[in-house]
Order: sequence, then structure tokens, then C-alpha cells
Amino acid sequence: MEGVEDEVKRLRQIIEDKSKEIDQLKQELLWERGTCLPQAICDLESAPILQKDVKGLTNEEIRRYSRQLLLPELGVKGQQALKSSTVLIVGAGGLCCPSAIYLAAAGIGQLGIIDYDEVEISNLHRQVLHRESKIGVSKSVSAVAACQELNSSVNYVPYHLPLDSSNALQIIQQYDLVLDATDNVATRYLLNDACILAGKPLVSGSALRFEGQLTVYNYMGGPCYRCLYPKPPPPETVTNCSDGGVLGVVPGIIGCLQALEAIKILTGQGSSYSQKMLLFDALDGSFQTIKLRGRQPQCPVCGDNPSITKLIDYEQFCGAKATDKDKVLELLKPEERIPVKEYNTLLKEGTPHVLVDVRQPVELDICQLPYPCLNIPIDHVEKKQSIEKIEGQVRSLSEMRLHEKVPVIVVCRRGNDSQLAARRFQTILKDLNVDVKDIVGGLTAWAN
Amino acid sequence: MSIPITLEFSGGAELLFDRQKRHDIDLPKQENPWRIQELLPWIRDNILKERPELFMQGNTVRPGILVLVNDTDWELMGELEYNLQPNDRIIFISTLHGG
Repeated sequence: MEGVEDEVKRLRQIIEDKSKEIDQLKQELLWERGTCLPQAICDLESAPILQKDVKGLTNEEIRRYSRQLLLPELGVKGQQALKSSTVLIVGAGGLCCPSAIYLAAAGIGQLGIIDYDEVEISNLHRQVLHRESKIGVSKSVSAVAACQELNSSVNYVPYHLPLDSSNALQIIQQYDLVLDATDNVATRYLLNDACILAGKPLVSGSALRFEGQLTVYNYMGGPCYRCLYPKPPPPETVTNCSDGGVLGVVPGIIGCLQALEAIKILTGQGSSYSQKMLLFDALDGSFQTIKLRGRQPQCPVCGDNPSITKLIDYEQFCGAKATDKDKVLELLKPEERIPVKEYNTLLKEGTPHVLVDVRQPVELDICQLPYPCLNIPIDHVEKKQSIEKIEGQVRSLSEMRLHEKVPVIVVCRRGNDSQLAARRFQTILKDLNVDVKDIVGGLTAWAN
Repeated sequence: MSIPITLEFSGGAELLFDRQKRHDIDLPKQENPWRIQELLPWIRDNILKERPELFMQGNTVRPGILVLVNDTDWELMGELEYNLQPNDRIIFISTLHGG
């Protein structure tokens, strides 16, 4: 009996040792994979250039691409055209992920992906090539690593740098076609002008909330982005994904269509979206194609007498930064603002005040401050009933606090909208005995 | 006789119209034909719910909004001068920039 117990003990020990060994090996494997990530291109001098291979397809390639080679519209000729083609994707986000993986799978010759940013957890719901293990890694490197696993025969170039007026032409000139998968207005104008100057077709996609748009610019005599939008939109009218939200599958669909149009152009099928725009509405389930104006003879960049003959300062032109990162507004003076620590003290001391949360109702469902608030979304601050609500609360508090100013504290997600709203309230409520302030850094600062 | 037309707002432009994308409206009878030039202030004064500056600038739409007349860019239809016809579908699309 004792012998059996010893045997069990001995075997248990072996299992434990082996488990430890497996963990150790897993760690090593992870580490090895981590160091095997593709090398990012951080300066242009080190960027490789595709040696275009005009020889026929290998047997391996014929096996690999057989299902698309069978299409008479593509055939061997089309596949060879893809193999000798180069595509640059600008932005390694929600539009890039599906377009990059389909272009890689289709057997494109060289795929360049450019992005200055690193992978964040909030990217993963839509930027589906990135993995949890790649958080903090360069987005272009992460996207290339995923494509490489699918098709290692493509020549990949991950650029970890911002596209700007100093490098755009040099990079774009090396490619046959460009995909606009960016997230901001300034880079869209930059890309448009660079593609006109370099003579490259630009397959442009965009997505927000439940909607997507797709157009091909500078192709077969069609218009460019500036023909459609000679003036940039006022910065306050531009909503980005981090403010407006986006359902992941929406850029997924538009990105797939960008890859499709790129393949059609490169294989000589031609694009369906020159001088046309696709409007995709995910809530209606509708795809609508609209007819656009042609190239504009008076266009400053692609017109008959262009005034823009080299790249300009696009952030200045658009009055907006070339990123969709959170901006920090400095409208109120420090004494008109209250840091989260101070607000916390005010709560602990039980100071009566009016708290106005100017976020959208859906954001209040996500989190709120631990004090009853009036929810007045930023786009409703001017409304009569909004003001009446605040006035009502102020009046009932001033009865309790005779001769004392009633604190009105405005909060939003990051402390930008709250400043705009506080400034408005200061004017609107000037006849009441109030002290309007906003919370620095908003709910984000509170959570931290 | 009033002129029945359909207005549609998308790409975020609908946020200025209480999130309602489609509006079937009857333009009141007037002596001269209705042009888009008259339609824009009519929309602003009658159905726009907030922040008119995000819809119009001067006498036209603000930069970044595409106007379509029956699925065609209004630039091909005479822009502000286009004479509205019964059952026309006028679409206002705010350009998207996200990705």
C-alpha cells in the first residue's frame, strides 16, 4: 500500500515539473516571436524598394492563387500584374486591417503600411489585425506581422513614422496606388495633393458610427478630393472615431471594398468608383452610389492652372492636427476650473452644488460622478429647458445658502466640452449668484 | 400648389435634425419657382433643430457637406440655381473622416 502512495507522489511531482517546463518553453516561444517581429522603417533611407519580377508564376504560386486564376477577368495576366504591383496603405487602423490582409492574400508584390502610432486596447474592436499581445507595438509592424503569417511571399514595408509634407512624395512615388485609410482631414488633403503630384490613383475610404464612404480619386480623368471639397470643413464640424464612436464592422466593410477597387485597378479591370461615391448605411443596410462632379478645371491642385505645385502645411490649411488623438482645449482660466482632487474634497465635505454633466446620455450609462447631476448634452446647453433646469436647482440651493455663491460644476469626458459649456453658462446665468467652474480633465481624470 | 419633396441627411448631418434622416416635406406655394437657394434657409428656419452654423455658411451649405439632387452631385445640376421639381430627393451628406 505504501509503495502505491509513493508512486502517486512521485508521478505528481513529475507532472508538476513537466508543467513548469511547458510554461518555461511557452515563455521562451513568446519571447522569440516578439523578437521576430518585422523591423519598422523609421527613416526613409532604410526603406527597401521592390525589385519588380516580370517572370511568370511559379508552380507554388499557381497552386496558391488557383481559385482566382480561374477567373477569366483576372487569369495569369492579372495575377502577374498583382505580383509586380506595389500598394501603399496610409493609416494602420480600421480601414487598413481588412484591406491589407486581402491585398496580401491576393498576392500583391509589395505592401507598404505607414502609421506613426502604437496599438492600444481601444483599437482592437475594429482594427482586427492587431492582437492583445501587440499592445504598445508599432501599428504598422503589427499589421505587417499579421499579413506575413498569411502570405510570406509579399514584400512588406512597415513605416513607423508620420506621413507629412516632407516625406509624402518620396514614399508615394515608390508605389503604384495608394489607399487612404487615415482618420483626419489634414492627412486626407496631404494624401490627395501628393497623389496628384505623383500621378497615383487614390482609393479613399472613411467610416464613422454606422456609416461609411468610398471613392476613387485621381483616376481616369475623375475628380480629386479638392475638386469635391475645395475648402476644408470648420474643425468644430469634424467628428473622429474617438468622439463619435464607430461599429468595428463598418470600417471592416469599407476597407474590404478599398482592397477590391485596388485589385480591379491594378489588374486593368478599372474602378467602379471614379467620379462616384459609395454611401454605406449600416443601420438601413443600404448601399447607395451617387454620381459626383468631374475633375474641376479650376481645381487648385489637379485643375488646368494649378496653384499648388508642391506640398503645403496641411495642419495650418485645415486648422486641425493630423491625428485623431484627443485635443486639449485651454479656454478657461485656471481659477475658473477645479481639479479632480479639489472636487473630491468638495464632495467629502458635502458642499451643496449643482453638477452639470454635458456628455451624451449613452456616456452617462458608462460611468458617472458619485453625485446627482443634471444631464445637459453639450448640443443642448443653449436650449431654454436646459437653462430652466439649472436655474431651478440654483434657486433651491441659494435658499439654503443665503448670500453665498452657488457653485455650478460642469463635467464632461475629458474637460474640453465642459469648458465650452461653462463659458456659455457663465454668460447665461450671470444674473444669478453663481460660480461656474469645470472639472479639469473630466471623467477621464476622475477615473485615474 | 405646394411642392412635395424628400430631404435626407446623413454622415452626421442628421444630428442637427433630431437624428431624423428622412423628412418628407411640402414646400409652400410661391410665385417664383423654388430653387435650392431658397430651400436652404427654409430648412434652417423650419426643420433644423440646432447650431445653424454647422449647416449653413453665408447663403450656401458649409464646407464639408455634399448636396445631391436625385443621387447626383448638385454641382452638375446648377447648385443653388437648381429649380426644385415635385418629388425631388435632396440629400445632404456630411463627409466622414474617420478610419
